[in-house]
Amino acid sequence: MMKLKQLVFWTIGAMLVAISAMPSAKAQTALEIVITEGQDSARPIAIVPFQFRGEGESPYNFAEIVAADLRRSGRFGPVSNNQLPARPGKDADVRDYAAWARLGVEAMLVGEVTPLSGGRYQVTYELIDPLRGQITGGSAQALVDGQLVDSNDHIIEGRTSVVGEGQFRQYAHRISDVVYEALTGERGAFLTRIAYIYVDFDLDNPYHLMVADYDGYNERVLLRSPEPLMSPTWSPDGNKLAYVSFENGRPEIFIQDIYTTGREKLTSFQGINGSPAWSPDGTKMAMVLSKDGAPNIYVMDIASRRLEQITDHWRIDTEPSWTPDGKSLTFTSERGGRAQVYRVDLSSKQIRRVTFEGEANLGGVVTPDGNGLVVVHRANGRFHIARQDFPSGNLMVLTETSLDESPSVAPNGSMIIYSTTYRDKQVLALVSMDGRFRARLPSRDGEVKAPAWSPFL
Amino acid sequence: MQLSKLVKAMVVAIPVLALAACSSAPDDTSSTTADGTTTTGQDRRGVETGAADRVLSPEEQRQQRFAELRQEYIIYFDFDTSEVRGEFAELLAAHADYLVRNPSARVVIEGHTDERGTPEYNIALGERRAQATADYLRNLGVSSSQMTTVSYGEEKPLARGSNERAWSQNRRAVLVY
Repeated sequence: MMKLKQLVFWTIGAMLVAISAMPSAKAQTALEIVITEGQDSARPIAIVPFQFRGEGESPYNFAEIVAADLRRSGRFGPVSNNQLPARPGKDADVRDYAAWARLGVEAMLVGEVTPLSGGRYQVTYELIDPLRGQITGGSAQALVDGQLVDSNDHIIEGRTSVVGEGQFRQYAHRISDVVYEALTGERGAFLTRIAYIYVDFDLDNPYHLMVADYDGYNERVLLRSPEPLMSPTWSPDGNKLAYVSFENGRPEIFIQDIYTTGREKLTSFQGINGSPAWSPDGTKMAMVLSKDGAPNIYVMDIASRRLEQITDHWRIDTEPSWTPDGKSLTFTSERGGRAQVYRVDLSSKQIRRVTFEGEANLGGVVTPDGNGLVVVHRANGRFHIARQDFPSGNLMVLTETSLDESPSVAPNGSMIIYSTTYRDKQVLALVSMDGRFRARLPSRDGEVKAPAWSPFL
Repeated sequence: MQLSKLVKAMVVAIPVLALAACSSAPDDTSSTTADGTTTTGQDRRGVETGAADRVLSPEEQRQQRFAELRQEYIIYFDFDTSEVRGEFAELLAAHADYLVRNPSARVVIEGHTDERGTPEYNIALGERRAQATADYLRNLGVSSSQMTTVSYGEEKPLARGSNERAWSQNRRAVLVY
C-alpha cells in the first residue's frame, strides 16, 4: 500500500480522483493502528452509513472514517452496522426514535451525499439525540421571544457542505471533529498530523523524516539521509518542522517547510545542537547546546538568531519544552543526581524541581491546558509514560509497554503518542490521557520513533 | 616498525598458505599427475632456510603490542555511566602513543549509548562518553587539537535487539581515524 500511496502522491488529477473514489477502501497504511485496550469504557454511538442520492455507489464511505476516528479517540464505541435498526439519511427519515434509544447510544449520526456538477458533492449530516427525539417525537415547541415556535432540540448538530472529490477524507475527519466536540465539549484532533523518524537499516539512506495524517494515512517522506535524523518538532502554525540532522557528520538543527521543501540550517555550534522546541508564538526556538562544555538550555530568536542562555550547570540539562503561556520551560536535568524534570521561569531564570517520584523522570511535556506534565518515568529500571498533575503532584503511570520514550501530546490534550519497543522493534503507540485507551501503530518494516503531534491544522 | 610489518605479512601469509593447501582437494584435477600423486607449489625440493626470533628491545615489544592493540578502536561502558573502564587502559594508551608520535594524525571520537532512556538524554550521555575518552587521551599527552568528539546517542546501534547483550555492545566510544 506504500506503493499505492506513492502513486497517489505522484499522479495528477484524474488518477488521484480514481483512487480516492474507491468505495470504502480498507487501505492499509504503513502505520496501521491496532487498538490494544480500552474499548469497554467507550460510550456507544451509532454512525449510520450515509445515504447516496445519486446513481450507483456512493463515491466515499464517510461514516466508516468517522466511526474509525471516534473509536480511536478512546471515548466512543460505534455500534456495528448490522445492529442498526434502520438506515435513515436524515432526521426526517427517522421513524422510531425508541428503536435507536434501545440500542443504548447517546447519539446517532446520519447523512446524505448528493452529486453536483463538476465532481463536487453536497454532504449533509445531522447528529441526533434519540432519547430526546423519543420524548418530543421529533418536534418540540419552545418559547422564543415570547412566541411558541417549533424546535428540533433533539438535533444536536446539523451541517451541509459542498465537497470536492479530493477532499473526502479530510471532510470525514472534519465531521469527526464536529461530532466529538458536540458530545464532549472538547475540540477534536482528527484533522492533525504526526511527524516522525522512520529508520530502515537495510536501505542506503536508512533515516527518513516523515509526515502522515494522525491515523497514518497520506504518509510522505520529507527527507532521506544516510546519517541520523532526530527530534522533529512542529512550528505552531503547522507549516514547518525543526529537526536535528547528522548529514554533515555532526548534529545540526534545521528548519524545513513541509509544503515547499525549503530548508535552512538554524544552528551548527560545536558539540550538541539538539532537542529543538518552538515557542508557542513561533518566534523562538528552545534548544540544547554544549558549545561551552556541558549541555545547557538556550533560547534563540529565530529571526535575529540572537541566543540567550537559560541554564548553566555542569551536569546534563536537556529536553526543553514550553509551557503553553510561553513564559517558562520544563527541562530534564541531572543536577540533583538522577535525571528529573525542572521548570525555569524565562524572565527570572528561577529554577525549581517538578518531579520527585521514581528513579528518574525525563522528556517532560506540559499538557495544552497547562494542568499536567507528561513524562517518561523510570521505576525499577523500566521506562513508562506517566502523567503528573499540577498542582497536586500526583503521578499516574499510563502505559505498560516497554522502553517508552518521546511522548507528544495531541493539541486537544486527549491523547499521547509515544515511541515504544514491540517485538524488538521501535514502534509508535497511543495512550489516552487517563491511560484507559491504548493502541499500537506497528510499521510494516523498519523502526519508527520520535513522534511529534502537530498543532490543530 | 619493520618487524610489525613482518608480523602483519605473516598474518596475511598464513591463511593464504592454508588456502593453498585447501586447493589440492580431489576435484582439483589440473595438479594431479598420472600416478595420482599431488604436486603443489610447496612441494619443492631443495634447501630450506630458517630464521631465529630476533630479540626485541622493550620499546620494540611495546610498539608491537600497541600496534596489535590499535586494531581495536572501540571501548565499552557500563549502563548510564561515562567512566572509562580499567580494562581499556592499555588500548587507550596504544592509541595515545600513536597520536603523540604522529601530531598530524586526527581522530574523531564517537559516543554511543544503548536504547534505554530518552534519545535526547542519550545524546548528552553519548557526548559525555566521547569526552571522557578524549579526556583520558589528553591525560596521556594527546593534544586537544587532534581530537574531535561527536555523540550519536542511541541513533547508530552496533547490535540490534532489546537485551543486555545488544545493549552492552552499543554503550561504546569509537575512535575513527
